[in-house]
Amino acid sequence: MARKITFSQAINEALSQEMARDETVIVMGEDNAGGAGSPGEQDAWGGVLGVTKGLFHKYPGRVLDTPLSEGGYIGAAVGAAACGMRPVAELMFIDFMGVCFDQIFNQAAKFRYMFGGKAVTPVVIRAMQGAGLRAAAQHSQMLTSLFTHIPGLKVVCPSTPYDAKGLLIQAIRDNDPVIFCEHKLLYGREGDVPEESYAIPFGEANVVREGNDATIVTYGRMVHYATEAAEKLAKDGIDVEVIDLRTTSPLDEETILESAERTGRVVVVDEANPRCSMATDISALIAQRAFHSLKAPIEMVTAPHTPTPFAGVLEDMYIPSAQQIADAVLKVRG
Amino acid sequence: MPIHMITMPKWGLSMEHGQVNGWLKAIGDRVAKGDEILDVETDKIASGVECAFDGILRRQIAQEGDTLAVGTLLAVVADAEAGEAEIDAAVEAFQRDFVPASAEAGESGPQPEKVQIGGRTVRYLKLGEGGTPAVLIHGFGGDLNNWLFNHADLAAHRTVWALDLPGHGESGKAVESGSAQELADAVIAFMDERGIERAHLIGHSMGALVAMTVADQAPTRIASLSLISGAGLGKEINGAYINGFTEGSNRNALKPQLAKLFADPSLVTRQLVEDIVKYKRLEGVQEALRKIAASAFEGDAQRAGYRDRLAGLAPRVLVIWGAGDQIIPASHAQGLPGEVRVHVLEGKGHMVQMEAASEVNRLLNEFLEG
Repeated sequence: MARKITFSQAINEALSQEMARDETVIVMGEDNAGGAGSPGEQDAWGGVLGVTKGLFHKYPGRVLDTPLSEGGYIGAAVGAAACGMRPVAELMFIDFMGVCFDQIFNQAAKFRYMFGGKAVTPVVIRAMQGAGLRAAAQHSQMLTSLFTHIPGLKVVCPSTPYDAKGLLIQAIRDNDPVIFCEHKLLYGREGDVPEESYAIPFGEANVVREGNDATIVTYGRMVHYATEAAEKLAKDGIDVEVIDLRTTSPLDEETILESAERTGRVVVVDEANPRCSMATDISALIAQRAFHSLKAPIEMVTAPHTPTPFAGVLEDMYIPSAQQIADAVLKVRG
Repeated sequence: MPIHMITMPKWGLSMEHGQVNGWLKAIGDRVAKGDEILDVETDKIASGVECAFDGILRRQIAQEGDTLAVGTLLAVVADAEAGEAEIDAAVEAFQRDFVPASAEAGESGPQPEKVQIGGRTVRYLKLGEGGTPAVLIHGFGGDLNNWLFNHADLAAHRTVWALDLPGHGESGKAVESGSAQELADAVIAFMDERGIERAHLIGHSMGALVAMTVADQAPTRIASLSLISGAGLGKEINGAYINGFTEGSNRNALKPQLAKLFADPSLVTRQLVEDIVKYKRLEGVQEALRKIAASAFEGDAQRAGYRDRLAGLAPRVLVIWGAGDQIIPASHAQGLPGEVRVHVLEGKGHMVQMEAASEVNRLLNEFLEG
């Protein structure tokens, strides 16, 4: 029996095991090490929520504090990757990614392609995303689909501590740039995680729960809401399959389509805003490739097309709920 | 006139709940000790709940589809003389006093431990006390959880150790050649380290080959050999299974392989497949399995065995097989020397110790006692 650790401990352990295994793995970000030049553990913050805590002293010289300048250090990480390192850069909130889009979209994502496969860019950019922490519009977005849109990037969004560790290890070993999206409300979540190292391949969705009456496709924190809805529906004899995408790029189309064809009733759940989201993308995939198996129109459960509200009561309404998901399943069941 | 309460069994350390899949006996049916009276599914496996008493099934307390905590009252068995009011009173008294074990309390029970032996982590689980100890050795790709339904039962009468072989479970994954000799050396080193002078060795599948290798190597350490669906007793083995298990890395690839392990493929639960997928992802597992497989098997053939020398390997030998074994044919149980006690169980597969747990436990306990 594996022991239970939190999502954030699982990420820390993945980083630590990969740093021990491969000395080209380095960690960089704001406050990742601690205050400038601080010798003591007390001062070593380990990032804004403490995810990288302890690595600074374990791997001297390989956990780098950076200035509050995403454009600068993300560019540095991309360059270091192109030169043979395997940097894991922590970009505090995914909402700040905008200031380094050129480095990510126009450089990192395109090196392999533009240099005819002669260059690899094994950089991982970790970032917190998602609503629910009362952190307001500029610190709460779900931007998974934005990165999924760009060819050349791989995009990961784990839902459990087990997946977080295995997917981060895979991300670090991958030779392409990986955007590793961590939902901030999952950090404290506990789960069974093997002490040993393991990698979960990209593009392999996890069927969290099997069922034949309807399919819920989702990822990230919404996996837990979808499971909650499925458990509630199971009490009424409705057997719902829940698919956790794990990675949105590459996307496990086979698992999605196989399930959609079998149940004929699909709900796609995405915490992101609805336009050009994973919800619309997956709905389009199913509509195009499994249309004749569908017994009802596809339902989408997403946040509304609005920035994340700061008012708590409004933020709670903004985030899709298990009840909304259950209602959507009942709707597709007719 | 005794009134017997049949409760949700605890199959393995992690089991907290079981789901009632259906009744196999109706109210009023006469039931004998050992009869299965209902089917229960856990997150690991589905199996029948056996009646430990002779009598008549008087009450079905659990409903089909219920998910119930370990220890919950499922049924009442009593003889014909027991009055209805008496039974109702007994049920009421049971329900009044019943407190389901909390998850925390469950964790305070015996847990697997780890020890470093010769630079390698070995995970083991020790249950029971006293008597001549027994050591359980799982098969290729397995771990100590393969003895989920057997370990506690056997440990009622003696100390029983189950270990994860090198390359398996939560033991260290690195193997050198992966030979049966290397695995047997690891078992002997484990016995040395834990101070197990002499033990009954109980091996399943490749674990049986390992047990025989230990017996060959260190005959004074062996009280008896129990070989379940054992490798090393004949030529044939299902090479497609070995290869499919070794190379498969996801659910879709592994599920059809795992189905071959059971006569009833519906016993392969989602969680069972998931656990194997998680094991297969661990660093070093695939490399270890490749070495072990290459060392012991070649295509559909086993490289070496002890068939001709079996009677001389240990003072007493027991062989158990499932007649429907799709991995190693049950025909290997035929024509063994007369001193070897042989039982072939009809309608059961390779994982016969799981599929026919109580029958296997009874045979093992009888053999170890006698």
